[in-house]
Amino acid sequence: MSKKVKFTIDGNEISAEEGKNLLDVACENGYYIPALCHMKGHKPAGSCRLCNVKVNGRIMTACTTLVSEGMEVITEDEELAELRKTILEAMFVDGNHFCPACEKSGVCDLQALAYKHKIMSPKFKYEFSNKKVEAEVPKIMLEKNRCILCKKCIRAIKSKDGKNIFGFKARGKKLEITMDEELAAQMTDEDIQRAMDICPVGTIIKKEKGFKIPIGKRKYDKKPIGDNVEKHKEKEKD
Amino acid sequence: MSKPIVATTSLAGCFGCHMSLLDIDEKVLDLFKLVELNKSPLNDIKKFNKKCDVGIIEGGCANDENVHVLKDFRKNCNTLIALGSCAITGGLPALRNNIKLKECMEEAYINNITTKDNNKEEIIPCDKDIPKILDRIYPINEVVKIDYYIPGCPPRAKLIWLTLRALITGEEVDIPYEVIKYD
Repeated sequence: MSKKVKFTIDGNEISAEEGKNLLDVACENGYYIPALCHMKGHKPAGSCRLCNVKVNGRIMTACTTLVSEGMEVITEDEELAELRKTILEAMFVDGNHFCPACEKSGVCDLQALAYKHKIMSPKFKYEFSNKKVEAEVPKIMLEKNRCILCKKCIRAIKSKDGKNIFGFKARGKKLEITMDEELAAQMTDEDIQRAMDICPVGTIIKKEKGFKIPIGKRKYDKKPIGDNVEKHKEKEKD
Repeated sequence: MSKPIVATTSLAGCFGCHMSLLDIDEKVLDLFKLVELNKSPLNDIKKFNKKCDVGIIEGGCANDENVHVLKDFRKNCNTLIALGSCAITGGLPALRNNIKLKECMEEAYINNITTKDNNKEEIIPCDKDIPKILDRIYPINEVVKIDYYIPGCPPRAKLIWLTLRALITGEEVDIPYEVIKYD
C-alpha cells in the first residue's frame, strides 16, 4: 500500500494516498471543482482550465496536480470564481453555443457550469464560428462549431480493435475535432449514446434522438452541476 | 417621486419575451403600480414622447430599421436591458450568420418549394419602403451599449419580474438557480 499524505482543502484536513489526482481526491471528499475535460481513470488533458484551484497560493489545474504532504488547497474564492467565469464566457463566444437550438440543452455541462456561475451574458463578442458540420454518417453527427476541444471523445471512445474514432485536425485557430467516417459508421447505438454523453457540449449528436426529455425534467433544470458531490460534503458535516 | 418610465420593443424576435413578461400573471398589476409605460407594443405608443428610465429590448438586429429603433432607444432611455437569447446572441435568426445573404434571399424567394413555380421572374423584394436586410444578425450589444442582460428563450417570467423589481426598487436580489436558463 502506498503512503498516506495529509493536506488541507479549504482549511479542512484531508488524508489521501500520495500521488493521487487532486481533482479526484477533492471530489471523493465532497469538494466539487468544475471541470469539462476530466474523466476519472483517464490521463488528464488539462485542456479546459476550469479546475483551477490555489495550491499553496499558486493557481494551478487540479486535474494535473498530484496530492502531496502539507499542501494547502483552496477550491473557491472570488478570484477563482472570476477566472472560471471568464473562461466559460470565452468558450461560449468561441463556438456557436446557441442553447435554444441545441439538442444538448439542459444536459450540457458547459451550459450547466454557466448556470452555476450565474452568467447572464458573455462579456466578449460572438465569433459565429463557421466550421463544416459532419453529418454524412447515418447515425452520428459532429457539430464542430460547438466543440471546446476537451479531447474526451478522443481519449475515451475507441473502435472494437482499439483504433481512434475521433481525432484532431489542423492547428491553432483552425484546430478542430473530426471523425473517421468508416469507423463511426460501425459504432453501435450504445457506443454513440456513450460518446454523446461523454461530450460536455453538443458536438457529438446521436441523430433522430434530439429534444427527447421535456423542459423542466432535464438533468440540470432543477439541480446545479456538482450537486451530488456537494451533498456528500453536507452529509460529512452532520 | 414620480414613477420610473419604461419602454419596450421587439426587434428581430418572436414576441415570445414579451409574452413571457405577461406570464408574471397578476403581478402585472403590481408592475404597473411601480412603473409608467411609454413607447411599447403593449400600449401601442409608437414614438417616444418623453425621456425613459428603462428600455427593454427583445431580439437582435436583422435590418436597418432594427438598428434605427435600437439607437433611438439608447438615446431616449437611461438604462437598456437586453431581454432574451436573440437580443444577447442573435438567437435563432443568427443561424443564418454563416450563410451568405444572397443565398438566404434566393432560398426564400426563388428556390423555395412554394415560390419556385410562382416567382418566374425571380423577384427578390427590394422596395425602398421596406427595411433593408443586414448581412448578418447583430446581437444588440454590438450596436449600442447595453446595461443589463436577462437570458432565456424566453426568459422565465420570474427572472424578468425579479430583475425589473430589483432595478426599480434598488433592492439587491438573489436569483434562484432554476430561473436562469438559456433555452
